[in-house]
Amino acid sequence: MRRARYRLVVDPIACDGAGVCAELFPEMLSLDPWGYPIIRSDEVPDGMLELARKATVNCPRLALTLIKIDK
Amino acid sequence: MTVVTTPVGPTRLLDATGTSDVIGLAAHLARWGALPDLRPAALLEVVDQSGLRGHGGAWFPVGIKWRAVARSGRSKPVVVANGAEGEPASGKDRFLLHHSPHLVLDGASVAARAIGANRVVVHVTAGAVSGIEKALAERARQGLDTCAFEIVVAPDRFLAGQESAAVATINGKNPGIPTFIGIRTVRDQGVAGRPTLVQNVETLAHVALIARFGPQWFRSVGTDESAGTALVTVTGRWDAPRIVEVPLGSTLGNALGIDAEAARSIQGVLLGGYGGGWLPTSTAMSMPFTEEAARSHGSSIGAGVAILLPSGVCPIADCARVVRYMEGEGAGQCGPCVNGLDLLATSMEHLAYRPRSLHGGLAALSNLCGLVEGRGACRHPDGVARFVRTAIEVFADHANLHLSRGPCQAGQPFLSVPGRSAGGSR
Repeated sequence: MRRARYRLVVDPIACDGAGVCAELFPEMLSLDPWGYPIIRSDEVPDGMLELARKATVNCPRLALTLIKIDK
Repeated sequence: MTVVTTPVGPTRLLDATGTSDVIGLAAHLARWGALPDLRPAALLEVVDQSGLRGHGGAWFPVGIKWRAVARSGRSKPVVVANGAEGEPASGKDRFLLHHSPHLVLDGASVAARAIGANRVVVHVTAGAVSGIEKALAERARQGLDTCAFEIVVAPDRFLAGQESAAVATINGKNPGIPTFIGIRTVRDQGVAGRPTLVQNVETLAHVALIARFGPQWFRSVGTDESAGTALVTVTGRWDAPRIVEVPLGSTLGNALGIDAEAARSIQGVLLGGYGGGWLPTSTAMSMPFTEEAARSHGSSIGAGVAILLPSGVCPIADCARVVRYMEGEGAGQCGPCVNGLDLLATSMEHLAYRPRSLHGGLAALSNLCGLVEGRGACRHPDGVARFVRTAIEVFADHANLHLSRGPCQAGQPFLSVPGRSAGGSR
């Protein structure tokens, strides 16, 4: 069986630009000039899922979510 | 006995609109006949085969959407007939609701039957309410519909018709404000938490005719990918904006009677409205009028809007006004949109009136577009980015003149922005 694939999704309404996610997971997240996250690529690479989880649970607004990619 | 004739040629939704101001139920039934009694599975099949796509602006295949809502199945679905039409340059939904309310209501009734809904919400601007009330009363007297119809007034703002914003209005929470649908869509959880089909009123009017005349008839006009016709609100061709029914895949040049001579007095064409994109006049007039063709040129036909910008107007100043309007119409919820649209509007104003203040020139403006695209809960920032990106491409010569020689002596503004008067007002 193939391993599940995940991507990061930010709820831009909930996000207030605290920037914690980009600090914890700079491999996939950078900040725009106003401090809001830009997600670099769609799929979270193998071996980085733990980092991604850490970024989601530490978001003060819980605006970052890891969701399973269908198919 | 009435004889119903199948419409031949490209005039469908507008077929009977010339005969009287409002087509009441008797005239509607005399022209189109009663809806056939089809089972839900047959209706889904017919809509699938017709190739009908959504005319609200997304051009999503209607059959796929209906099946997704019908399948959702946690509770009875709801149908929203969406005529909010927040786009200032569009008037086709209001036109259709006023002249042919029964085509729209027939379509909503068919949709409800097909997906197993027992509730239809007609979501329209305040001006359309009395006409719909009258039409619904006519239908109730004849016992035409089995599902319950209600009317909800859409707020007068650009985003009112956006799917999640319409659902918010109907649910009575933050009217006209989109919610984040990145994870769960209104198809699964919309009005009253139920699976919800939000469908543009013109799309529903096409459904009313497809149910009667079948998918083969529908496909006899249009292309394989884009079947049928589209209502287009045309501004700048005649003294006042006009609603034109255009066969998909034909050219605007043909539909509007614009030849090379007439094209010379048009600076550029905006397709898709203020969230759409500019095209050089020759491209707009000669490309097949479909969403695919428009997108391949960086534009969109959106909800069916074409604005022909006459010469003598400063396109940069006009676009700057529109971008400032769009910035003000944002919901103010998402950081990149709030900050990015304000900066885009300011940059366009610099380019129009104080070109020396525009740091980084047109390239910086283009980069800024990239910074807001795909960053909102809804597509509002994407539309504004497309508008700006295509404006500085199509009007590059004019923009460069501003940068090298300073602002031009702009004539009267042309693009109408609600709350201010302008040439192309509705």
